[in-house]
Amino acid sequence: MSKLMNYLTSSIGRKYLTGITGIGLVLFTIVHLLGNLNLFIGQDSFNLYTYKLESLGPLLEVAEIGLAICFLLHAIVGVSVYLNKKKARPIDYYVYNSAGGNSKQNFSSKSMMVTGSIILIFLVIHVATFKFGPSIEQGYVTNINGVDMRDLYRLVVEKFKQLPIVIVYTIVMILLGTHLRHGFWSAFQSLGLLNKKYRPFVYTLGILVAVMLSIGFLILPIWVYFFVEMGA
Amino acid sequence: MADKNLLQIHGKFVDYTVENANSHMSFLELLDLLNEQLIKKGEEPVEFDNDCREGICGSCSMVINGIPHGPTKESATCQLHMRHYNDGDTIIVEPFRAKGFPIIKDLVVDRSAFDRIIQAGGYNSVNVGSAPDANSILIPKDKADMAFDFAACIGCGACVAACPNSSASLFTAAKISQLSLLPQGHPERYRRVIRMVEQMEKEGFGDCSNHGECEAVCPKGISIDAISIMRREYFKAMLKNV
Repeated sequence: MSKLMNYLTSSIGRKYLTGITGIGLVLFTIVHLLGNLNLFIGQDSFNLYTYKLESLGPLLEVAEIGLAICFLLHAIVGVSVYLNKKKARPIDYYVYNSAGGNSKQNFSSKSMMVTGSIILIFLVIHVATFKFGPSIEQGYVTNINGVDMRDLYRLVVEKFKQLPIVIVYTIVMILLGTHLRHGFWSAFQSLGLLNKKYRPFVYTLGILVAVMLSIGFLILPIWVYFFVEMGA
Repeated sequence: MADKNLLQIHGKFVDYTVENANSHMSFLELLDLLNEQLIKKGEEPVEFDNDCREGICGSCSMVINGIPHGPTKESATCQLHMRHYNDGDTIIVEPFRAKGFPIIKDLVVDRSAFDRIIQAGGYNSVNVGSAPDANSILIPKDKADMAFDFAACIGCGACVAACPNSSASLFTAAKISQLSLLPQGHPERYRRVIRMVEQMEKEGFGDCSNHGECEAVCPKGISIDAISIMRREYFKAMLKNV
């Protein structure tokens, strides 16, 4: 076991960890976005979806714990890479330029630590606001087909009727896209899965995934702010 | 931008004007000319490492206007010619900066960390005795080509110098991949990858973040495919050893 730990904490082992947790987080994000689409259908559709999700019970808890582990591992490895980077070049260049060409270095790849940290802070607030926010006991209740369930739709609309929240969400979602623009293809490269043949495809796919997820998430608060009637 | 105070403690930049430079000169010949002029003035010449001056020894390590070996693709500093610059240009030259490459003097850095990474790879088993038949071990053309591409690494260290994280992954991966692709390298392949990666870490190089800057500056154009292969080799070695 300690041998396995040695391998997994080596410079290459940690790449496997970031890669695999990264892909896991992207998959979660896609599922999350698909769930969000229920908001566009309407109040009942969204509340029913969250009700069904909550009623998964222990299954949901296992998924949540898995997700939390993914986030934690991903963040810890990310920080370790950042700290090693600082150690490995104690004195920085006076002038530093990218050679261009085949380089994959860009704003996105250089800001992974910053965008990642902001996303992490955002997540804490996001989960506190919605998952652990006001529920049935606080009067956020709706009745669908004779069943009382949490009116999360109302909470979402109330939050996204506040301009500062909409602005913050929009910015963070753009940063999420920035993170994924490098993160997506990089995860596959970290797992040693790419070569000259597949790299261009996965790299381009990464841009597509980043843009789609970013826009997919940021469109919702904007839509709620401008087009949803309060208390509808 | 670098911390000016740190630079003051660990060295300094000096402005030199090189007279009579011409466009046919290589960058190293420009430095030769500068040193001649400095010596005539009684000043100390600028130390820089060089040997073959034809792009195969990998010793002319320096960062020119922020790019190791300068702006031209797939070339070493000795292959960079002054025709890429204009008369009157200011060119900023720095040594490779990485903890794994301690600076000896001026532009000269100690790249023996690379030697130690190769040493850590150990030996390759070979049959001794009478000379084997030339075609007794068959190697597919594509594998041979790939192995040769990786074997083109001259160990110049530009990959480390260009990497925002000062990672030596491309160098180490090129050495590992070159041997893992050929049957002759197979007997020790799993031991080799573990030991070389371990040594790479011990030398104080950073982690790879897949910026791919190494491939862009490599004078031999070695692809980060090597890093993919290294990661796959390491994974197989991990499964074998756990």
